[in-house]
Amino acid sequence: MSEAIAPPVGDYVPVPRLREGAMRDVKSFKASANHQSALGFPETLVNDWRERAVQRLGELVEGSRALRVYLDSCVKCGACTDKCHYFLGTGDPRNMPVARQDLLRRVYRRYFTWAGRWLPWLVGATDLTEDVLDAWYTYYHQCSQCRRCSVFCPLGIDTAEISMAAREILDCVGVGQKYCNEIIGKVHKIGNNLGLPEPALRNTLDGLEEDVRDQTGVDVRFPLDVVGAEVLLITPSADFFAEPHIDGLIGYAKVFHQAGISWTLSSEASEAANFAMFIGSYAQMVKVAQRVRAAALALGVKRIVVGECGHAWRVAYAFWGTLIGPLDFLDPRYPRPQHICEVTEGLIARGALKLDPSANDDKIVTFHDSCNVARATRMGDRPGGQLAIPRAVIRSVCAHFVDMDPATIGDRTFCCGGGGGLLTDDLLALRVQGALPRMQALTAAVAEHQVTHMAAICAICKSQFSKVLPYYGLPRDMVVSVHQLVGDAIVLGAKE
Amino acid sequence: MTVETVIYAGLLYVAFVVLVGGLVYRVTLYALTPAPLRIPTMPAPRTRRGIAARMAREIMLFASLFRGDKWAWIWSYLFHMSLLLVLLQHLRYVLVPVPAWVRIISPWGSDAAFVLVVALAGLLGRRLLIARVRFITAPSDYLMLVLLLVIAVTGTLMRFVDRVNIVGFKAFILGVMALKLHALPFAPLIMVHVALVAALMLIFPFSKLLHAPGILFSPTRNQVDNSRLEAQGVGEPREVAAPVAAPQVSPRQL
Ligand code: SF4
Ligand code: SF4
Repeated sequence: MSEAIAPPVGDYVPVPRLREGAMRDVKSFKASANHQSALGFPETLVNDWRERAVQRLGELVEGSRALRVYLDSCVKCGACTDKCHYFLGTGDPRNMPVARQDLLRRVYRRYFTWAGRWLPWLVGATDLTEDVLDAWYTYYHQCSQCRRCSVFCPLGIDTAEISMAAREILDCVGVGQKYCNEIIGKVHKIGNNLGLPEPALRNTLDGLEEDVRDQTGVDVRFPLDVVGAEVLLITPSADFFAEPHIDGLIGYAKVFHQAGISWTLSSEASEAANFAMFIGSYAQMVKVAQRVRAAALALGVKRIVVGECGHAWRVAYAFWGTLIGPLDFLDPRYPRPQHICEVTEGLIARGALKLDPSANDDKIVTFHDSCNVARATRMGDRPGGQLAIPRAVIRSVCAHFVDMDPATIGDRTFCCGGGGGLLTDDLLALRVQGALPRMQALTAAVAEHQVTHMAAICAICKSQFSKVLPYYGLPRDMVVSVHQLVGDAIVLGAKE
Repeated sequence: MTVETVIYAGLLYVAFVVLVGGLVYRVTLYALTPAPLRIPTMPAPRTRRGIAARMAREIMLFASLFRGDKWAWIWSYLFHMSLLLVLLQHLRYVLVPVPAWVRIISPWGSDAAFVLVVALAGLLGRRLLIARVRFITAPSDYLMLVLLLVIAVTGTLMRFVDRVNIVGFKAFILGVMALKLHALPFAPLIMVHVALVAALMLIFPFSKLLHAPGILFSPTRNQVDNSRLEAQGVGEPREVAAPVAAPQVSPRQL
């Protein structure tokens, strides 16, 4: 692991010079035998890895129209080459989205296309060698699957689909990534990414109830496993104790309390994250998502609300219907599932919450669009609601809001640098450098508008920023949960 | 009947069969391959009609490319549009009688040929000069541009420098189409032109030229944003309600 050094922020120099091999040695730790076997993957590199990898690639292509079309269609126009934050931050040409795709595409062409079989040198097809497998491991774990590149591709080629497929192939031949596979194992065994067992969770929630009571004098509940509650809240486990996440959880609780909505968390499904998406494993994704359905049925809830988590909202919004649907046992009068920001915005819009934005008068806030929310989901009824609704919520609880450079927000938002299963210290060098484009935009906003806080609605974004902000000379507590702002502005008990 | 006549007729038949057969095969594969998960790049339209508009913007205006890279857009847009005009103009060599609209656009088609050459030179120049693009370029990417460039240049030369026996050539083409061979007039320019066009047709279904049908099947662009049952019971119901699968299921079994 190389040392993490923040590149100079500079003024917007959007495209770095190519530095070939710059990130070749930045690799995340590989999964150990027990991490692998817990998910049913081979424990170590299998002997016939080449055959198995090619076979798995073939199966994946047959099962995914996206993969098939995207492996065929790239015209090498280069429009995506300067769109990836990891390329912009590192200059390694293998981090250009098309070059990343080509690592897999070259092998696909070699084994599955006529041209690659007979004229490999002409079409840039390569045999699957150990070096190639190694490059896959390295560079497909330098992609946060943020899909920024796909926005600008004339064919809509989605590098995330390709990097997910590559990780699935790697898992199937026994070369998994420790960070993701260990976490998915914990979800199966204990119920959440952090490995927080039920008693500890209950303790934490009781502690939170006390804290809020001490601070506000109001009995805001943090219910767990309450049968018959109206809402099941599925939230990333970081919300249970890490800063700044936990203030977001307090915010959700205050919203539910104030709106008089009965809600509960579940110890069975005490985790919104579904890291199986990152490793491209459909089977694991179903298994992890299944817990939510089971918990909702067991608790007899009418609604499922998802807390502030980017990829979890993607899985819930876009994939649950396929993975664990239909969710027809839920109340059809509400979106199934619903995002916490939709809940809060709806309540604010009909005046169900009394708010005092002056509680946030000490802050000038900007908002970081999380890639999975911005580019893979929606909130509300209108296209783009996923961008408008969180901003509407912030504006109603906070008098001073500014946006960052428009080229770095909305569907063009830059990844925080830690998404897609890369939020691990073994990849710190990559995370710090990959945060560069966001840090440039934030630094500019600080200089121009004296921004003091950046709100986010994703646990990964929040953790990543807390870690990398200091590298760029910014305070780590600059990043806040949107629902922290909400929670601070809510006037409790004022509704009668 | 000359040897060239037979060779060229044979070449055109083979090229045609490979092009059509290859494309039908590929497109069928695209259509039959499942797309179990919703992955539209958001914000995406919520209706079929909206998707039609999105696809039209992509296909007719290259909207995403425009957002992504202005120079690439300029060269590529000029290339595709001039190619379209030139192809339409070529209808006059295969249709009897020549429809009025083909006559009308014919002069534009000839002008477009110049634009075509310039645009191809621009695309090639980009590929050679920009380090990022050079890095991702395989020999076949250069070759394809050179092939197109030679086709365009020979075509232009025939029309403006060395006028060839186009009447005799049209008779040959009509003969090929009617399965009754007419002699191919001997003219090196046109023979090079046609041979390379046949080569392009042969390459099409095996290369990145598949992006043409590919874009129609691109899930990030052609999927409707309807993966959630809408509030208040309004809006479209879900299209897919895949069975709740046992854990060890892979997407291809769905
Ligand atoms: S923008 Fe799309 S077509 Fe162009 S090089 Fe990148 S992936 Fe290929
Ligand atoms: S998905 Fe994001 S991280 Fe991956 S190549 Fe594209 S821009 Fe880079």
